[in-house]
Amino acid sequence: MAVTSHAYLAADPVVATAADSAVLSGAWLLIAMPLAGAAILLLGGRRTDTWGHWPATALPVASFAWAVLVLFELLGRAPDARSVSVPVYEWFSVGSFTAGVDLLVDPLSISFVLLITFVGSLIHVYSIGYMAEDPDRRRFFAYLNLFVAAMLVLVLADNFVLLFFGWEGVGLASYLLIGFWQYKNSAAVAAKKAFLINRVGDLGLLVAIMIMFAVLGAVSFSDVFAAVPGASDGVLLAIGLLLLLGACGKSAQLPLQAWLLDAMEGPTPVSALIHAATMVTAGVYLIVRAGPIFEGAPVAQTVVTVVGAATMLAGGIIASAKDDIKKSLAGSTMSQIGMMVLAAGLGPIGYVAAIAHLITHGFFKAGLFLGAGSVMHGMNEGVDMRRYGGLARIMPITFATFGLGYLAIIGFPLLSGWWTKESIISAAFGLGGTQGMVLGTTVIVGAGLTAFYMSRMVFMTFFGEKRWEKGVNPHESPVSMTAPMVVLAVGSVALGAFLVLGDRFANFLAPTIGAQPHHFDVVHAFTAPYGLAALAMLAVGVAAAWAMYLRRPVARTAPKGNLVTVAASRELYGNEINEGLFMRPGQQLTRALLVIEDKVIDGAVNGLGAGVRDSSRGLGRAQTGFARTYALTMLFGAVIVAATLVVRL
Amino acid sequence: MIPWLTIAIALPAVGAVLVWALPRVTATSPARTVGEASASASGGGTTTATAVRPAATDTGGGASAETAKRLALGFSLATLLVVAAMALRFDTSQAGGLQFEEVHPWIPRFGIHYAVGVDGIALALILMSVILVPLVILAAWNEHEDRSDGGRGYFALILALEAMMIGVFAATDVFLFYVFFEVMLIPVYFMIGRYGRGDERSKAAIKFLLYSLAGGLIMLVAVIGVYVIGGSFLWTDLVGEGSALAAVDPATARWLFLGFFIAFAIKAPMWPVHTWLPTAAQSSRPGTAVLLVGVLDKVGTYGMLRYCLELFPAAVSWFVWPVVGLSLVSIIYGAILAVGQNDMMRLVAYTSVSHFGFITLGIFALTAQAQAGAALYMVNHGFATGALFLIVGFLIARRGSANITDYGGVQKLAPKLAGVFLVTGLAGLGLPGLAPFVSEFLVLIGVYAFSPIPAVIGVIGVVLAALYILWMYQRTMNGPTKEGLAGVRDLSARETWAVAPLVALLLVLGVYPQPALDVINPAVERTVDIGAGTVADGGSEGAAGAQEEEGDEE
Repeated sequence: MAVTSHAYLAADPVVATAADSAVLSGAWLLIAMPLAGAAILLLGGRRTDTWGHWPATALPVASFAWAVLVLFELLGRAPDARSVSVPVYEWFSVGSFTAGVDLLVDPLSISFVLLITFVGSLIHVYSIGYMAEDPDRRRFFAYLNLFVAAMLVLVLADNFVLLFFGWEGVGLASYLLIGFWQYKNSAAVAAKKAFLINRVGDLGLLVAIMIMFAVLGAVSFSDVFAAVPGASDGVLLAIGLLLLLGACGKSAQLPLQAWLLDAMEGPTPVSALIHAATMVTAGVYLIVRAGPIFEGAPVAQTVVTVVGAATMLAGGIIASAKDDIKKSLAGSTMSQIGMMVLAAGLGPIGYVAAIAHLITHGFFKAGLFLGAGSVMHGMNEGVDMRRYGGLARIMPITFATFGLGYLAIIGFPLLSGWWTKESIISAAFGLGGTQGMVLGTTVIVGAGLTAFYMSRMVFMTFFGEKRWEKGVNPHESPVSMTAPMVVLAVGSVALGAFLVLGDRFANFLAPTIGAQPHHFDVVHAFTAPYGLAALAMLAVGVAAAWAMYLRRPVARTAPKGNLVTVAASRELYGNEINEGLFMRPGQQLTRALLVIEDKVIDGAVNGLGAGVRDSSRGLGRAQTGFARTYALTMLFGAVIVAATLVVRL
Repeated sequence: MIPWLTIAIALPAVGAVLVWALPRVTATSPARTVGEASASASGGGTTTATAVRPAATDTGGGASAETAKRLALGFSLATLLVVAAMALRFDTSQAGGLQFEEVHPWIPRFGIHYAVGVDGIALALILMSVILVPLVILAAWNEHEDRSDGGRGYFALILALEAMMIGVFAATDVFLFYVFFEVMLIPVYFMIGRYGRGDERSKAAIKFLLYSLAGGLIMLVAVIGVYVIGGSFLWTDLVGEGSALAAVDPATARWLFLGFFIAFAIKAPMWPVHTWLPTAAQSSRPGTAVLLVGVLDKVGTYGMLRYCLELFPAAVSWFVWPVVGLSLVSIIYGAILAVGQNDMMRLVAYTSVSHFGFITLGIFALTAQAQAGAALYMVNHGFATGALFLIVGFLIARRGSANITDYGGVQKLAPKLAGVFLVTGLAGLGLPGLAPFVSEFLVLIGVYAFSPIPAVIGVIGVVLAALYILWMYQRTMNGPTKEGLAGVRDLSARETWAVAPLVALLLVLGVYPQPALDVINPAVERTVDIGAGTVADGGSEGAAGAQEEEGDEE
């Protein structure tokens, strides 16, 4: 397997060293290992029930280890020679069209690979304990492995067709995992809903690929991006918007957000996986990866920022009104991903901030979901925060790790989330002009919402009086569950500083994705007006939550609420809109077509048939009533007609 | 030189005669009454089919039926081996031309020949057919135990049909093709009318026959027209550069084109002449449906590619847009009606109307990607829909009903069955990694290069596919287990062997389809050249793309 650096990025000598690297040419192992895990468990069947989760956990870990080797291999190269394409084999080709199984190893893809395999592995470890009692644990681990493998295909692909393979693979894995408890109707419906809404997004990606091939004459990243300067504005705008549609599906951005909250029907580790390491991050990845296209279509970029901003606010509002801890966290994910999409839409100035926040978010959101799972584990799988309360002392490790994740996500100074969120805010203001002002301010408002709903969650769950259901006996979770939470908490505290301080991550990522270097100044973040505004919003959010959910006792049943809170708790009527716009008209159309098929199209034929039958009745003995004879007579008739024609000619 | 194709045609034909002629056992009268009773019961959908185990096995009649089945399976496997051996000898570098040609005069007075030969597409379709037949026999193994003949007649008909299927794809004499095209109807007619499911089966069989005969008659006129103008029935004489047929005036060419096209559209089945298919599928045994939809209907699309496009190039451009329009209606209409079905056999039939829309769309887009995709689609659809019909058949065998509402929560009871159902369903909805994605993607990308709007409409069909497949899966396999399903068992070894090869093929052709494309591509180049007046290769800047690819390799 030959390995070549992209000609347009790398100097000649680098190509030679690349071919020697077994680590890089074996990059396909990153995907193959978790895929093998899924294959072993699914094909091995019941035989693997007792031990299947061990290889299923070990293989993603091995994948992570390999990714670390790849990282060091890349770090050993010159910054502009870190983009390496690894062709594996030709998938299919016709005429001038070729889709290869070609991988692209560069700082962007390896950052994702590290996040996916590291957080993914922790979730595997956690699931060993969490799913211990489930009779179908083997199947669960098989699907987890499949999910990781599909996500790795998505981020490692070197062309849009292979990316689409991973893209739909992620959709499948999420379908399988959301519907894991498929004997519940609600889970089965949620799974199908997730797949369908994602398919609508996939439609965008699919059409985008068609335009790329038809107009730009290529589907591989390098060829498409090379063709961008010669493409018309309209084409780039169309491709950009279609890619955004795809991103909206996977990343649960408006208007394709409705599947995400229902996706909570899956086991909690699935939520951690979907919300932190895989799936929802795909949209952000796509927008950043396809940066050259968006940079050529400023209107598309503006739409991206608008979608991101709207989703960020909508998600925050929904999260503020949900009493279900997992659904509140899901709203939070919508909101945070919206923030990243907004940053990605800023263009080169925002790419690094978007990806950095995506990585730190992966850690604290995974930690928060695993923490929520731990709480649920202790509360007989109850999810209603109005029936929690006072758990801090009873579940100390869960409280500590959840608390650190909480501080990180609200952007408490010097914790991981603070660094990356400040980066986004400073990038937005750095864009300049009215657009920069508006977007930056919106992010600060979004950050305030985050502080409110997350404080609300922590106060309702861990503080205040105990509002537990009868018979609930909360307890701390086993070490296989708490250990991953501790690791993620460490990341929630320290990762942001590690990435942002000294522009470490920016220097790593910027050259290959053409990001604009944007220095992060720590002092400035505390003295600049927007930094202070962000801190003030943080304080306001926490104080409001304190006033509403800690100072006053929390009601055990949800109050009726006003128009705003009702709308928020009903997810801003997203489901109702989908039903009204698509489902009901679709049902009516189906019913109408069924009638047309039966009465008009088939009716005409049946009428014709009956007419023939009736008229032939007059022919007497030829019509014996037996279908067989009738048919053979027809055939005979045909042959006679044929013979006459031939003879006459 | 070994006459491979003749052997491949003769082998199942001989098998059919042998299976039919095996000595029958006289003491079948008690078994017969039981059989009739259970046949009508399962038709009504009230008893589980497994409940009735006929006494036939005790009488000795069963032993003979068992021999007949083994014989049938043996012959179908032998045919598979012959075709596989032939395929290995196929020269891929010459896949655009005919190979294994045999030409013998048949009715010299009218210039009719027994002439056979295959190019890449025909070879792929014949391979698909001979792979499906043994699996269908295996899947139908216990289906007719309750009949007096133990299903002997059914298996003989399958083999007879197999011979004709190979013949129709291999024929290179237009009249021979026509003969196979028409004669094929007879075994299918009996497979539905006599051995089918439910009370409506003879009606469904007649509808199928009338539709097909109507198309066949129109085609006959066109076949004769071709002979009159072209002076020969031999395909090789007709398509040559200086052939008389190529020089015909466009108006006549259009009429002849239309004559063939109507017959093929009925067979394909294309909207609005598709209504025989759901009825036929509903009344078919699953195995019959596999061969009917998986193979027979492909004769329609194969005919469009081979006969309509190649015999009448002058007429093609006139028909492009009308056919593209009908294809799009088929895609969307078929998909929406599939969503609205309760009978799973009908549902899968309507999905096929939608899928055949993609195939005809690809053929008439006249770009390399679209046509190669369409040809590959024919093969992939045979495997995917074949597997889906077989799985539905396994469900019917357990519950005695094809109604979705009679099922629910089967996954809990039969996880393996549900797993295979899901994989084949996902193949049907075009999930990457499974074979149909590659062909659907190629069709769409090729159609977009031809014209964007049809491609975008086609993509809507892809979204609807997810709806009809996953909704069916959800209602049958997920949720709480329905009453009356308590005793449902998982796949037996025989059933596993019947679907496992198809699932394996779907996976292999999904991740590594290039060997199949290598066979199909050269043959497609021929028909794309015909449409060269309209569009040549995919991308309008395809040449630029090729140059960039070269640049990247440096």
